[in-house]
Amino acid sequence: MSELDEKKKIDRTKVNLTEEVVIHISEMNKWFGSFHVLRDINLEVRRGERIVVCGPSGSGKSTLIRCINRLEEHQKGKIIVDGTELTTDLKNIDKIRSEVGMVFQHFNLFPHLTTLENCTLAPVWVRETPKLEAEEIAMEMLEKVKIPEQAHKFPGQLSGGQQQRVAIARSLCMKPRIMLFDEVTSALDPEMIKEVLDTMIQLAEEGMTMICVTHEMGFARQVADRVIFMDDGQIVEQNEPESFFNDPKSDRTKLFLSQILGH
Amino acid sequence: MSNIAFVRKKEIAPSPPPITEVGIIGWIKQNLFSGWWNSFLTLFCLYFLFMLAAEFFPWAWGGHWHTKSLRECLDLDPNVACFSVLTARWKQLLFGLYPAEEYWRPTLTFFLLILSIIPILFPRFIRFFWFSLIYPGLALWLLWGGSFWSVAIVYIGMSLGVASYFMLNQRLIKSSPMALLLALFLTVIFFLFISDGMADLLGDLVPLSLPFVESLKFGGFTLSLIVGVTGIVASFPIGILLALGRQSKNLPLVKMICVGFIEFIRGVPLITLLFVASVLLNYFLPPGTNFDIVLRVIIMVTLFSAAYMAEVIRGGLAGVTIGQHEASASLGLTYWQSQRLIIMPQALKISIPGIVNTFIGLFKDTTLVSIISLRDPVGLASTIRADAKWNGIYWELYIAIGLMFFIFCFGMSKYSQYLEKKLKTDN
Ligand SMILES: Nc1ncnc2c1ncn2[C@@H]1O[C@H](COP(=O)(O)OP(=O)(O)O)[C@@H](O)[C@H]1O
Ligand SMILES: [Mg+2]
Repeated sequence: MSELDEKKKIDRTKVNLTEEVVIHISEMNKWFGSFHVLRDINLEVRRGERIVVCGPSGSGKSTLIRCINRLEEHQKGKIIVDGTELTTDLKNIDKIRSEVGMVFQHFNLFPHLTTLENCTLAPVWVRETPKLEAEEIAMEMLEKVKIPEQAHKFPGQLSGGQQQRVAIARSLCMKPRIMLFDEVTSALDPEMIKEVLDTMIQLAEEGMTMICVTHEMGFARQVADRVIFMDDGQIVEQNEPESFFNDPKSDRTKLFLSQILGH
Repeated sequence: MSNIAFVRKKEIAPSPPPITEVGIIGWIKQNLFSGWWNSFLTLFCLYFLFMLAAEFFPWAWGGHWHTKSLRECLDLDPNVACFSVLTARWKQLLFGLYPAEEYWRPTLTFFLLILSIIPILFPRFIRFFWFSLIYPGLALWLLWGGSFWSVAIVYIGMSLGVASYFMLNQRLIKSSPMALLLALFLTVIFFLFISDGMADLLGDLVPLSLPFVESLKFGGFTLSLIVGVTGIVASFPIGILLALGRQSKNLPLVKMICVGFIEFIRGVPLITLLFVASVLLNYFLPPGTNFDIVLRVIIMVTLFSAAYMAEVIRGGLAGVTIGQHEASASLGLTYWQSQRLIIMPQALKISIPGIVNTFIGLFKDTTLVSIISLRDPVGLASTIRADAKWNGIYWELYIAIGLMFFIFCFGMSKYSQYLEKKLKTDN
């Protein structure tokens, strides 16, 4: 952890954090049956901003980011993504999904398709990109995540770290404007975590708008513009990483940090 | 390290295992005689196989092929097979009562069938898929005869429908549901008012027709194949739709209908459905309607195996993780895209053994049509025995019929194993 802490933060000069708000969540509430998972969530994300969401297990982190691309439906309040409000209108949902990329804890690659086919499928069918062009983009993205040589292998033949990087490349092929990461390193062996985090740092440096649910606090210090702490379905505290880690306000945050940082 | 006196620099190649551990002898020792109980079982099985062979081979090998009747066989040598019944009646076993001078038609249809399934079975030949599409019409015409144009007009009408859809969708209307509706409307108009006249006209211009053969003449293995193959081809997509319907969460009515259908069909014996097809339907249809008996049977067999197919595929769908649905949704794929490109390929792969099982079951179940007095091979066996010359012959006929079914079922089973191996994508 400390080794990452000492690394210099990513170069922010290249990144133009604009004032444009791309995700706007206000007074959002969600229930699973009678269970109130998310309570009065208010959150604004600006273009180019990198947000790390942390909090104890079961606090609603996954549910929050899954609401942003409608993998879960919220029952109250508003979510506006890139100017489009999330309603039951299927057209809006498909549009938002194609502009918001998501990477999952368990990769969820399509096992019956090769790496390359995993990457070209959505551009070809959703964006109607010609196949050759889609393949070019896919190879470009696979090079970016540093596994172009695995293009013709099936997911089952790759290591966990490689699979997760393919999953990132697959999302990038849709040229998303926002990326959501849900504990993408939690299912990986320790030696593979770094290769995936490096890919994410690289994306952050390029100015991608990112919301990352993660417990990698080193990554948060290095990359995040803002760290959000959630507990019991609420946003308890949010701050710049420096202040968040060195000067947490709420007791719940302090407790959580002391547990996760192992003090 | 320095006090080691000698270090071998090269690795010695491993010496071969002793001869008693490898090769045929090694294999036999390991697998057949490893312990006294195993050895006993081996010897017992060998004895059993030997007894069977000792009975069967002399009986089959010395069999008669050219006698005129069973009586003649028995007079010559009662202890050997009387295959003469096959020599005398093989045409019937293959073609039923189909007119002899038209045998070439089912024969040709059969060979074309093989050609038409090659593009489906082996993706390498997918560029010939157009033949698989025209085959059903071609087979229909070849088998039943009549004017070529009465079948061709169906294809013409459907092509016009598809063409008009694409034209409308691209040129005139922006919304594709609207274009689909309009194209459908045009197609219906075509079939209601234009198709008959056009078929007659084409028939006058280019007379191309075969003598009509009525369904009651169909029989033998031809009938088994017609019912079996059509049933297989039709029950597969219906089964997929039923499985998807049963799974759907947003359409409770569709779900209810699918569940009801599946449970009803699975709870009723096929024989009952066949009786309904042959007898009861006549009471419900307006008098004088001519609803082809073979078609009725095909519909019943198809519905029957579609219900089983749906359950097999539902099992496969359950084997596809929720993560796959979420991943494809998060990429912006629509429900049908995600079903077709992501979910179904995986679900079907998981269900291959079950699907082929259902296919094989359906194919063998076609023999049940003998109960409603259609002349499939099993039904014909009774017909042949009713002839005084062959009265009392059993083994020879049933062995031949069994062998014919076995060839097809074994072929399907082998193909499914090949497919499973080919689709294996993990290590
Ligand atoms: N589909 C669901 N149905 C019912 N409860 C759920 C469902 N998904 C998550 N939950 C519950 O919602 C709470 C928040 O879950 P989640 O967002 O996955 O938490 P986190 O990602 O922070 O660990 C948990 O208590 C979990 O059990
Ligand atoms: Mg989670």
